[in-house]
Amino acid sequence: MATAQLPVSELGLAGVGARLARALELLGDWTIFSLRTVGWAVRRRPSRGTLTVCLHEIGVRSVGVVALTGTFIGMVLAVQAYAQFHKLGLDTRLGAIINLSVVRELGPVLAATMLAGRVGSAMAAELATMRITEQIDALACLGINPVHYLVVPRFLACLVLVPLLTVLADFMGVMGGAWLCFQVFHIEPHHYWHYSREYVGMYDLWTSLVKPIFFGAAIALISCHRGFNSRAGAEGVGRAATEAFVVSFIAILVIDFFLAMFFTSLYHQLWPEAAVKFI
Amino acid sequence: MPLQRLSDVASDTSADPTRETTMPPDGDSALFQLERVGMEFGPHRVLRDITLTIRPGQTLAVIGESGCGKTVFLKLLIGLLRPSHGRVAFDGRVLVDLDDRELTRQRLRFGFLFQGAALFDSLSVFDNVALGLREQRRFTEAEIHDRVRQRLLEVGLPWSVASKKPAELSGGMKKRVGLARALAVDPEVMLYDEPTTGLDPIMSDVINELILQTRRRRPVTSVVVTHDMKTVFKVAERVVMLYPLSRLGPDEPQILYDGDPARLRDCDDVRVRQFVEGEARDRLTEMRLNNTP
Repeated sequence: MATAQLPVSELGLAGVGARLARALELLGDWTIFSLRTVGWAVRRRPSRGTLTVCLHEIGVRSVGVVALTGTFIGMVLAVQAYAQFHKLGLDTRLGAIINLSVVRELGPVLAATMLAGRVGSAMAAELATMRITEQIDALACLGINPVHYLVVPRFLACLVLVPLLTVLADFMGVMGGAWLCFQVFHIEPHHYWHYSREYVGMYDLWTSLVKPIFFGAAIALISCHRGFNSRAGAEGVGRAATEAFVVSFIAILVIDFFLAMFFTSLYHQLWPEAAVKFI
Repeated sequence: MPLQRLSDVASDTSADPTRETTMPPDGDSALFQLERVGMEFGPHRVLRDITLTIRPGQTLAVIGESGCGKTVFLKLLIGLLRPSHGRVAFDGRVLVDLDDRELTRQRLRFGFLFQGAALFDSLSVFDNVALGLREQRRFTEAEIHDRVRQRLLEVGLPWSVASKKPAELSGGMKKRVGLARALAVDPEVMLYDEPTTGLDPIMSDVINELILQTRRRRPVTSVVVTHDMKTVFKVAERVVMLYPLSRLGPDEPQILYDGDPARLRDCDDVRVRQFVEGEARDRLTEMRLNNTP
């Protein structure tokens, strides 16, 4: 074979090139898929029946795990921060660090990660199964656009519910941290809440609500795309579900990084005198 | 390749005004015209230079060994796949040149019975059959109810199955629900993908009877992909036999037979007769030789 005679370096280069081309092809395909989803979402609203099912599946059934995740984020932060702050005699300021961390970063990111695992994988597996059993082709044959019927309701449900579930995760994180600080570390509640109010501003709450919109869109579009392009067989379905989670998780972290940069610089622009506190 | 799926990719016909969206009708108005159609999946070539026409009202059976591209052929007819080469025209219009909305409109003229029925797991039998009607948004719920009831009756299913989920049905019942769903929208063209595969002989014959009954009740053009010769001899007016490209020389045509089913057994081509008789002959030895390292 011709490739067998190539030097190792060239084979490696060819391999990298092929992988890069494949990645670009996938990115292009995902972009077209995403544009079509947004196009259909704007053009024609999904039926109430399909949307309700998605809202229930993504929202109602995720309340428990998201609440639990949020609670433990707050409590773990309290345990970790207490040791440091106690040494410095700053126990009453724990509320500031716990609540700021929960609201700005950990609440949105970990709630989205949890949802990528619970909802994203399930969506990818369901659509992949529909693909390999020709149910998606059957929809097209009935004159129903599969993107409009299957993807748009999931996309809209994620867009609306991931921010709401993040609010829940934030709330439970704040409550979990406060409960541990009051009941176990015996911190005085008045000062705890006073410093929390001083450090956690409306801007933090606002960013905590905006970020999950992007996370929700990424989870829906990535998971549905992986499901739509699943390979045949049980292995293909499993692979689609795994890829949906892994790619969504990476996307959440990358989006979080860029949004953190953006919101920080926006804050600097809007309130330059308060920038020191924000950092 | 994900990009090859016509149903999932946005097509923009306005980008190239020079592209022809129609094909001249062949003879006395062909419903389907395939012109040098080829299909490849990556390096794997499935169809090559397929040229044929299907006239309105005709019942065509496409036969051939597993892997010869029969299902791909069927999916090209309804635009679920985009041909790698050549053109497929339906009613004088080239399918790949239609935009999303027009393609969807054209598909309403089709009914498709899938090999595994492809019923929607999450919906009841009633909702499966009603789905296409509901999405058209031109029927009242009472009209949909009546039509679903009528179609289920037509395929010999009791009304009691309407509330069941597909997982609760037998293979034959699933196929009949799939047929009821395809017929619900009153299609002009019926495409059947291996309609009798996996069914017992009696249920296979029930499906064959239903294909004939469908043709008697409405002026429908049918394409039946199958390797069940009983189905071919019972329902087909014309037979096209495809042969796997892996077993063909570079200049040999992929269509080995195109004609009357009654003359299949007298065909000069030994490969056609071998398929019709269902004889392995030296195929097993050949397979072993090919797989010997």
